[in-house]
Order: sequence, then structure tokens, then C-alpha cells
Amino acid sequence: MITTTRREILVGSGAITGALVIPVALGAGRSRAATAPALAANAWLGVDPEGHVTLALPKTEMGQGILTAITMLAAEELAVKPGDVKVTIADGDAARFAPIDQGTGGSTSIRELWQPLREAGARARAALVAAGASQWGVPAADCDAHDGAVLHKASGKVLPYAALVAAAAAAPLPKDAPVRPASAYKVIGRPLRRLDGDAKARGTAEYGIDVVRPGMKYASIAVCPIFGGTLSGVDEAAARAVPGVTGVIKGADVVYVVADNTWAARQGLTAAKPQWTGTAAQTGAQTAAILGDVVAALDKPGFVAATSGDLAAARQGTVHHFSATYTQPFLAHATMEPANCVAHVHDGGCDIWTGTQIPSDARKAAAARLGLPLEKVTLHNRLMGGGFGRRLEADMVERCVDLAKQVAFPVKLIWSREEDMAHDWYRPAYADRIDIALAADGKIAAWEHKIAGSSILARLMGPAFKGVDDDAVEGAITPIYPATARKVTFQAQESLVPTSWWRGVGPLRSAFVMESAMDEVAHMAGADPIAFRLAHIEDPRARAVLETVRVQSGWADKPAAGIGRGVAVIHLWDTYMAAVAEVSVDKDHQITVKKVTVAVDCGQVVNPSGVAAQIDSGVIFGASAALFGEVTIANGRVEQSNFHDYRVLRMNEAPAINTTIVENHEKPGGMGEPPNAVIFPALANAVFAATGKRVRNLPLQKGLQSA
Amino acid sequence: MAVTLTINGKRRTFDVPPEMPLLWLLRDVAQLTGTKFGCAAGLCGACSVLVDGVRMFGCQTPAGDAQGKSITTIEGLAEQPLGKALMTAWNEVDVVQCGYCQPGQIIAAAALLKDNAKPDDNAIDAGMSGNICRCGTYPRIRTAIRRAAAIHAGEKA
Repeated sequence: MITTTRREILVGSGAITGALVIPVALGAGRSRAATAPALAANAWLGVDPEGHVTLALPKTEMGQGILTAITMLAAEELAVKPGDVKVTIADGDAARFAPIDQGTGGSTSIRELWQPLREAGARARAALVAAGASQWGVPAADCDAHDGAVLHKASGKVLPYAALVAAAAAAPLPKDAPVRPASAYKVIGRPLRRLDGDAKARGTAEYGIDVVRPGMKYASIAVCPIFGGTLSGVDEAAARAVPGVTGVIKGADVVYVVADNTWAARQGLTAAKPQWTGTAAQTGAQTAAILGDVVAALDKPGFVAATSGDLAAARQGTVHHFSATYTQPFLAHATMEPANCVAHVHDGGCDIWTGTQIPSDARKAAAARLGLPLEKVTLHNRLMGGGFGRRLEADMVERCVDLAKQVAFPVKLIWSREEDMAHDWYRPAYADRIDIALAADGKIAAWEHKIAGSSILARLMGPAFKGVDDDAVEGAITPIYPATARKVTFQAQESLVPTSWWRGVGPLRSAFVMESAMDEVAHMAGADPIAFRLAHIEDPRARAVLETVRVQSGWADKPAAGIGRGVAVIHLWDTYMAAVAEVSVDKDHQITVKKVTVAVDCGQVVNPSGVAAQIDSGVIFGASAALFGEVTIANGRVEQSNFHDYRVLRMNEAPAINTTIVENHEKPGGMGEPPNAVIFPALANAVFAATGKRVRNLPLQKGLQSA
Repeated sequence: MAVTLTINGKRRTFDVPPEMPLLWLLRDVAQLTGTKFGCAAGLCGACSVLVDGVRMFGCQTPAGDAQGKSITTIEGLAEQPLGKALMTAWNEVDVVQCGYCQPGQIIAAAALLKDNAKPDDNAIDAGMSGNICRCGTYPRIRTAIRRAAAIHAGEKA
């Protein structure tokens, strides 16, 4: 644990005026010198001299609602209204937040913060209560915190936090203070409108792309569209002839055009007509060959991720044998806010303004790129117009500082949608082969699952990578279906296409394959898909979500003519979720998602409105990708460029979504990714129910047309 | 070249080429960043503004074409009665997630409600299908538009 002085806390947390701080335009220079000491619960949670709870957000807000949920946890323990907490979006600062990682992904935020945040808040609350009790000369046990004040329960006397902060800060923080029990929750578990919603709706919330700095210029970027290729020519004179263009800057594989506004920068880049070149291997990269290599990798032995029992022995005397290969394509993130970054290299240092899921890592990457010590680089994080894993990479910051170090002013670099699409870090294309054998009693005797594809962890871990990508095999090694013998293997198979995190990544891949396969086996066995699953699942929480979705979806009733219903159930990211999707398929094989019913048990719910929003989100984001999502490569280049050829669901295509939360007080599970994972197999199974055609090669729409 | 426009009720003159799309004039020159850049191809609706009350894609509208016209951006709409009804509804329904597309969605919803004070689901779908949301807020947007229609009509909830 890094120790931080209280003064640093005060400066770091901003001490911003006003009762309610919406994270709007929380630029630098807003700090106000404070005259009294503040109470620090830890390096990022405290109470300021005016008695306001201050919270520097240890995680990043990309739309998932974590700003609101984390604030609710702080508000619960410190007994204030969530709207009264002064929340700031934190700069990149690994040391300040350690051991919490500012990196936001993997549906980890609440799981990671649930205990430490509440414990820190409870200690600060205990300090305030002790200070109040001391003033009154009564036992602390006779007092409690209530609505921003300490209350003496017997007399009804109150002292606001403002009157107690100095005394509380002067004493050591209590070491062990119990967190609020679930029975006492006033905030946790009750629906709360998100705290950043109004500013976003009004257009006053500041995203990275909205940052304006004094003297700032605007830049466009073109990176070699051939993966690994280089710049071979550019018409600088033509670019400079565009009114407003002030500079053209070249790199080995990149051209930037700097201008007085984005429009001039874009026009200048068009006029520059950059030329690119690549080796034969680079320009020869094609989707079919890349995917072919991934499927072929399934024939290698692979590295064992999990094994139990004797597969060969378990296969003896089995009655149903199922074996199939599934493939899933490269996917783009297509965040609504295209890649962008503002940077200013000045006075031996650098300031960066951007929306990133990895503020501390991006800061470190910028420092490395600039050859500066970490403390000379400040990364001012901002709200993100979508993340989905795209902003877990620092390339937009790296590209921007490469440019900024060559100019004397702040520069805002904005990727065009086409550049954003052509230079994403794509969800890996995967191939899975699964073999399942059922014994005569219907139990699963043997389950063999081989997985192949690009390994994100191999890239990130370097020599420490030993052959099994723990993300890629997540879910596959912990199925909810017991088997007498099981083996799961992974084989990395790389191509020139850069790959990275994408909402769900490996566990989503596992979910699609395992839940498609279970559906196929159920049909092979002539069983109802839900009854078949229930016959195998032992985990009561998994059974409960499946039984709930069976009731809520009206599964027992025959679907309307032309409607196919598909089910899937997962236990991933510590969350249980089941979904029933209803689709119709017309005579031209066009799939329409009519309705999706979801049951979720994510343990203790923090914000029910947020959980339901994440389900809408994952279902629609996932349905877009499952139905249409596919990035293809021709001659070393990405073929998709914008929303006309990277299709996503629109309002008129969005299903009705009916969510049921199975409530309990178990440890909270993640919510960012499970709905996105469960919808893929639910849709594939619904398409099968509607058409009798099993699509094993995503995306579904294309797969159905060729099935 | 100069382009003169009325933006959110204020007449303003800008020294920009007339072919500069309204999107970039608003964001980079007028510094009204509520209007968002999403695709620059008329595909996503994030840059939607009202031009003389009609929803236009800012990325597809040269500033010169808006010469002398009245532009309403999200910042201006939020201060009008219809905009206030929309803001109230959006908050009540807790629509927003990442929020980046929402100014465009709300402009599109305003244009829809100006033409059709009580749209049914089909009318909502038709009026809103030019706007993409990657966070999947569509179901709540549908609800919020119905709610905004009711608020604007002075009905009780």
C-alpha cells in the first residue's frame, strides 16, 4: 500500500466547490486551496473540510455506469446521498490507487472495489462517529452517521460532518470498522438514476474528443492500411494548399495533417493522397487463409488448460456422440466516439487529455514513448463515448504524443471513422472443436473442447506465456455441466491482424460454443433444451436463473408461427445469467430479433437500474455482433470502413428486452459482459429453432444464408 | 468567406469556407461540442441538429447551405419547452449510458415530436432509425419519447 499524506489527498481530490459535482469539464486548475484538514479514508476517498464526501473514481466511466455504482458504495458507508458525493474522474496514477488497478475491463470494477471501498468508507464513518461521540462525551456505540451528520440516537442531537472533520482527521483512522450490513442498506440495491446522465443528455459532459486547450490545433491521421506496411509517398504540397492546414508530419507508417480545425485537417489528409507499401506477406493476407490457419490449429495437440478423468475410458459405451467445429470472426469495437487524444508536450513534460480505460498504463506508455520520467507526464482522463475494450489499448495516446512532440502547441488528434475501423485492435477470430458423448443414462460421459485463435495474453505476457491463454479458455474450463471426463486445450495461432480485448472476449467465445453445443446435444437426444440443461446442472444459482427465464419467457407456451426460441445459460464473471431469444426469419433468410427475456443473479445488486441497463446494452451490442459483426481482410487491409458495411442494430431492429433480477446478498458479480456473452448462443439456438439450420460459423446472418 | 447563421437564437458570423460541414463549424469554430462526430457519412446521427426546425446531419450539411438559417443544437434545445420535456423524460427513464449519441438521439426525438405529438412505436422506430447507439439504449429511448410526448402535452404521468 502506498502511503499518501492528507495534503496530497486534498489537492488530488480537487476540493471543488458546489454541492453536486457532475463530472463535467473537470479540467486541471480547478483545485482550490483548503484551509482546514480533510479526513482521508484512503488515497482517493475522504471527507473535505466542508463535510462533503470526496471520491476520485478508481475506475473509468465508459457508459457502464460505474461512476454511479461506485459513488453509491461510498454514499452507503458514509451515510450521504449519492448525489451529494463530489466525484472526480481521476488522472492516470497507478501509485495513488494501488493496489486497485485503474484499468477497467473484465467486468471487475464492483468485484474489485466492493470490499475495499466499503471498508475504507466504514473506517472514515467510524472516525466521524468517534469525533461526534467525543464532543458529546457519550459512547460511540450510541451514535451513528446519518445524512451527512453524526447522530446521537438517544437525544436526537446531530453534528454535521463539517463540524467533525478536523477532529476526526486528527485522530488515527480506526483499524477495523464494520461495513453496513445488507439489512441496513439505504442506497445499495435501490435503483438510482445515473449521476452523469443529465450532463450527457444536455451535451455539456466532456468526453476526450470535446477537450479544448488554449492555442490548440487539430490533426487528422492516416496509418498504413496494410498491417505492418509503411508510408511510401505523400503529396505534402497538396495538403498544405488546403486553407487552414498548417503542417504535414510523416512517420514510418503514418501521416498527420495539422490544421486550424478538424475539417481542414481532414481535407488536407485527402489531398495528401498518402501511398503505402507492404511486403508480399503483408499484402497477401486474406481472411480465408487466416481463418483456415486458425481452424487447422485445432488439429495440433494444443496446450492443456483443464483435464479430469479418462476421456477414452469415459467414451466407452456412450450412446450419443456429438462433434462440431465452430468459428467466430474478427470483430471491431466501433465505439460511437472515434479514437482521439489531445496532447501538449511542453517544458520538459507532457499533458494528455483523453478518454481511456487504462489511465495509468496509458500514462506509462506515453512516458516511454516520449522518453520522459513518469512524473513529467500527466494523463487527464475523461468520459468515454464507449469503450468495449477498445480503450484498453494505448495506441491513440502513443500516436498522439508522437505528433505532439513535433509541434509547439496542444494538438487534438481525431481518427476518422474509417481510420478507427481500419486500425482497431480486433477481437480475435477463433475456432473451437467440441466433442461430447452421452452415457446411456443421459449424463455427459466425455467432454473434449479444443480452442484455437490469436492469444491476447501471449502478446501482453511475452516470455511468461506458457501456451494456455487464461482468458481464451475462461468459461470453457469451468462449465456448469458436470462430465465424467473432460479435457480443454488451447492453441495460439497468430496472423498479422492485431488483436485485443473486446467486451466478453474469451468467455464470450466459450459461451457461444458451449451453449450452442449443449443445444445441439439436447436436440440430438430429443430433449427440450431447458429441461436437458436442468437435467445436467447442479449449481442451484444456475438452475434458478434458468428456471426463472423459462417462466418469464413463457417457454411452456408454443411460440407464435414463424418464431423460433433459443435459450442459453452462463456462469461467468461471478454472475449467473440465462436468456431466451425469440427470432423470426423471413423467406430471404433475414433474421429479426423480436424479444429477449433475461434472468440474472449477479449477487448483491448495487444499482438495479444500472444492471437492467447493462442487460439492454449487452443484448443489443451482442446481437449486433452475433448477427452481423465481421471484420474481413483483403490484401492485408481491413475491408470494412463505416456503419454501412459494419452493420449494427438500429432502433427499428432492437428487440423488446424483459429482465428479471434474482435477488440475493451473495458477493456481487460482474455485469459489463455477461449479457453480451449469453445472447450469442441464445440467438444461434433461436435461429435453429426457427429454421432447422444450425449456424456454427458466425456471424449468424451470413452463416444462415450459406447454411 | 463568411457564413452567417443563427445558432440557438444568436446571430453569428464565421470566417469559414462555405463547404465546411456544420458539424465542424459547431464543434471547432463555435465551440459547441454537444454536437458529436460519429461517422462523417450521414450514417449514425450523432451530429444531428435542427435547421429551421428540421433534423439535419451536421456532417452532411455544408455551412453555406445553412446561411441565414436558424440552427438549434442540443445546447439550445435543452432550454426550449420541448427540449426540457425531453431532458426530464431522459432523466426519469435513466436512458443514458456512455451518452455520446444522446444529443443526436434527443435532437431526432425533438424533430419526431414536432411532427407527431404522440408517436406510436412504429413512428418512433421510423423517426429514430437514423441514429445509432452502441450501448443499446434503444428500449429506454422508446419509453422516454413516449414519456416526453406526455410531458410536453401537459398530461400527467
